[in-house]
Amino acid sequence: MNLRRTSLIAVPYFWLGCLFLIPFLIVFKISLSDAALSIPPYTPKLELSEGWAGVRDMFSQFDFENFEFLATDDLYWKSYLSSVQIALISTFMCLLVGFPMAYGMARAPQVWQPTLMLMVILPFWTSFLIRVYSLIGILSQEGMLNQFLTWIGVISEPLTILNTNIAVYIGIVYTYLPFMILPIYATLIKLDGSLLEAAEDLGCSRTEAFWRITVPLSKAGIIAGCFLVFIPALGEFVIPSLLGGSETLMIGKVLYEEFFSNRDWPVASAVAVILLLILIVPIVLYQRNEQRLIEAEQ
Amino acid sequence: MRPGQFIGRGVFFVHHCPVGEKAKPMPQNVFAPWTDPQAKPLIRFENVTKRFGDFTAVDDLSVDIYEREFFALLGPSGCGKTTMMRMLAGFETPTSGTIMLDGKDISPVPPNKRSVNMMFQSYALFPHLTVYDNIAFGLKRDKLPAEQIDARVKEMLRLVQIERFAQRKPDQISGGQRQRVALARSLAKAPKLLLLDEPLSALDKKLRQDTQFELMDIQEKTGTTFVIVTHDQEEAMTVASRVAVMNFGKLIQVDTPTQIYEAPNSAYVADFIGDVNIIEGNATVDGERVLISWAEGQPDIIGTPAQPVAPGRVSFVIRPEKIAISSEKPTDRRNAVHGKVLDIAYLGNMSTYHVEMPDGTVIKATAANQRRRDSLPYTWEDPVWLSWTDTAGVVLAE
Repeated sequence: MNLRRTSLIAVPYFWLGCLFLIPFLIVFKISLSDAALSIPPYTPKLELSEGWAGVRDMFSQFDFENFEFLATDDLYWKSYLSSVQIALISTFMCLLVGFPMAYGMARAPQVWQPTLMLMVILPFWTSFLIRVYSLIGILSQEGMLNQFLTWIGVISEPLTILNTNIAVYIGIVYTYLPFMILPIYATLIKLDGSLLEAAEDLGCSRTEAFWRITVPLSKAGIIAGCFLVFIPALGEFVIPSLLGGSETLMIGKVLYEEFFSNRDWPVASAVAVILLLILIVPIVLYQRNEQRLIEAEQ
Repeated sequence: MRPGQFIGRGVFFVHHCPVGEKAKPMPQNVFAPWTDPQAKPLIRFENVTKRFGDFTAVDDLSVDIYEREFFALLGPSGCGKTTMMRMLAGFETPTSGTIMLDGKDISPVPPNKRSVNMMFQSYALFPHLTVYDNIAFGLKRDKLPAEQIDARVKEMLRLVQIERFAQRKPDQISGGQRQRVALARSLAKAPKLLLLDEPLSALDKKLRQDTQFELMDIQEKTGTTFVIVTHDQEEAMTVASRVAVMNFGKLIQVDTPTQIYEAPNSAYVADFIGDVNIIEGNATVDGERVLISWAEGQPDIIGTPAQPVAPGRVSFVIRPEKIAISSEKPTDRRNAVHGKVLDIAYLGNMSTYHVEMPDGTVIKATAANQRRRDSLPYTWEDPVWLSWTDTAGVVLAE
């Protein structure tokens, strides 16, 4: 019995070890190394032929130089900060768009709900890259959005949207919206309608009942949705590099450039390690929220 | 003596009055404003109709409910009782007709502006707020000063005896305690009218019976007018000063529990409340009495109708406990029929005998079990006499 339980628990830990911990340790090791003109492009390397002395030799050459470098060059902390800012703002915008959608879905007639749900999930059936590329077609100078706005006479000159932060926001909100809608919808659909009637009966207006009952009772869904958007948005690389301009600073982009343009693997690894440390805080908070949600349901 | 006090007593009396005895004339200061033509009703339904699509939930219904009444709406599910209550709360508006509260039409008043509170069947307690905050919820919406709110909440907690759980969340207390919180919350704003939607249906039988008396007690203490919706006839009979029996969106009979039980105005009401024998037959009028021929070879049933009936088809309605069972033909009762025991339902304190007449009709009679079961006087297949007086049953024209 005990063995069975242990082996059951061992499976996810084994996965986590193979797919997260070992890769992370490798990246961490590289971040402590120095860049070099070799393959792979860093030193020291583990010389197993020298046996125990080789291992000791490698460890003695490790240092935190790359992390110190990250602190001295303001490009890095500015990118981190700007990433956090972009992720926060787009999370908030996702909430603004997603909550009313989730609310509308939960309030829609029962027969409509599976269809509405399908419509939210449908974009996932197309490749993420293709969807981002098609956004370029919509947002560019001669794109469909500008054509449409010129046609209805709102603007006379085409707007510059593509290659600005606005395009990045549009891209992130568009891509991650379902992650915001689904957990909020899941909490709203469970909301007992008689609670709102009771609130009205006790003297609340409709709006007040919404703020005092609906919002607090969907809090868990809102928090879950925000984390599900914020965490991937923070390290986002494809959207800023395809839709963003030269002034769009995001850490994912910096990471890419360090690895592939500069071929400075140690610095790139250091950037990745710091990014992970930043992400650990919201991930832990998200896990705590999920835990509470499960406990509340029991 | 406050009039409210009589409600409880009066009902108690119903349950303990000896079989066959008619309700005695009540003393002068009895609480019965519906008999006083001068009394002003708190609530007046005037030809109220409510339709949902082509379904008529409430059909041209008029009734007056008076202050301090404990008024029960009783009926099977889908009879329109909940719709009536929701119209009082303001969650539904009548399709036609008016509902007056204190002489004013309340149709345009939204639920949050009415001096009417409701206790929901599901209790609808706010799960994210403590018991204390649930009760304080309505008071806070009125922007009362903090110390006044605190005093009122504590008073309510005392009234329903849940002071100990004030800081708990609704999911940390039992069903019975949640029911009390819901009651306290709906009473906190001291509404003119309290609506109770199946308030006890989620409780088990024993707790439900205790709570019924407590509910009457609280109603008496606060002097609030209660309207209760229930499908449980025993509950309605126990708590209410008047019971309205509904079916298909119409009121069939509105009367005191005693009258509903002893003098039902229709076979439907008689059948809905308690156990009953309904015998159909042809009536011939003989002065004050009516002779009902109901089966070939059987003597006519002699009955006394409350209102004069025309000769023709009638239903004779008689409660099983008003029929005596004996092995010899009784001499002191006008009606006596002979049959044999078909079945016995042993209920502990009493037994119901199903007695089959020669023509196949089955008449139920109950008798108190004054002896232990192994020495009960009648058993299956025994020939017995059933007898009743000429005023024991009700004669209803069809």
